[in-house]
Formats: sequence, structure tokens, C-alpha cells
Amino acid sequence: MEILNYIGYFFVLLGSIFLFLGALGIYRMPDVYNRLQAGTKSSTLGAMSTLFGIGLLQPDWLVKMFIIIIFIAISNPLSSHALARGAYRASLSLFQKKKIDAYEKEYNMEDK
Amino acid sequence: MELNIILIVAFSFIGLALILGLIRFIKGPTTADRVVALDTMSIIATSLLGLMAYVFQRYIYVDVALIYAVLGFIGVIVIARYLEKAL
Repeated sequence: MEILNYIGYFFVLLGSIFLFLGALGIYRMPDVYNRLQAGTKSSTLGAMSTLFGIGLLQPDWLVKMFIIIIFIAISNPLSSHALARGAYRASLSLFQKKKIDAYEKEYNMEDK
Repeated sequence: MELNIILIVAFSFIGLALILGLIRFIKGPTTADRVVALDTMSIIATSLLGLMAYVFQRYIYVDVALIYAVLGFIGVIVIARYLEKAL
């Protein structure tokens, strides 16, 4: 199928561009929370799109690619949540220019 | 071996992404920065393994990508719990 190949190449290229933009966010952003946001969201989309494109290019592998995509969609937000929580609890002074901190009150209540 | 200009461009973008993540991993000021860079690099390596499985036409590399995704997730969760002082 010719048209399926073109759609697969489009998804592979789109996913690799999103992975590159996510890593650029990791490199350029000023703060650990900004880095977490940039890195996790766009790399999730990039990996899912790349694997889906490979599944379209090689339709025999589509089922296993879907297994990896579902696993990434479950596990990556989970790990970013745990990382943000761990970074907050490791040291509160990570915020350089904070305007609002909604977790602070809850965090102080949990300690009591 | 199936390689054309689109796949070469995709490999270049993914390689640049790995290099940028590695720079942040080396010079990140705190531990949390390094773990964030490690998490992103493991996701990028998963999709790189999938792409290599297509280029070399080896089905076994897809299994390697799946296992790499699982192990990277477990490692990041363990280090995050350690940062949280709950381990």
C-alpha cells in the first residue's frame, strides 16, 4: 500500500520533530518544573507518534506497537507526577521566580 | 535495510535530542534535573529502538524497546521515591 507508507513517514517525521523539541525544552528551560513540563509532554507525544508511524509502515508489528504506545501513555504521566512531587519535597527552594504555590498549604498540612 | 531521506532526517532529529538530553544530564544543577533528563532520554531511546527495528528489519528490537520502556519507568519511579525521602 503506497498511501499507508506516506502516512507512516509523516507520523515518523512528526514524532521525531516533537522529540527534538522536547529535548530542546530540557536544555533551554530555566527551572526543574519547566524542564519537567517541556520534556515529558512533548516526548510522550513524540514517542507515541513515532511508534504509530512505524506500525503503519510495517503493519505486521502494529499490535506490539500499540502495546508500547499504551504503556507509554500510562507510565509517562505517572513518572512525571512522581518526579514533580519528589523534586518539591527534596528542596523547597527550587523555585526561582515563583508567583503562586498552590501545593504549599497542603504540604504543610500533610506534615502535621 | 530500508533507509531513505525521511528516515535519515528522523534519525538526525532523534540523535540531536539525545545529545541535548545528555548535556542537561551532565551539567544539571540538582539531582531532579538529572532525573528529568534521564526520563526524557529513556523515552527517546525507546522510539529510537523502534525506528532501528524498522530500518534493520529485525522484529526482536521491538521487544528490546518494550523492555527498555519498562526498565526506564521503574528506575525513574525508584529515584523519585528516593528524592521524596520515602524509600
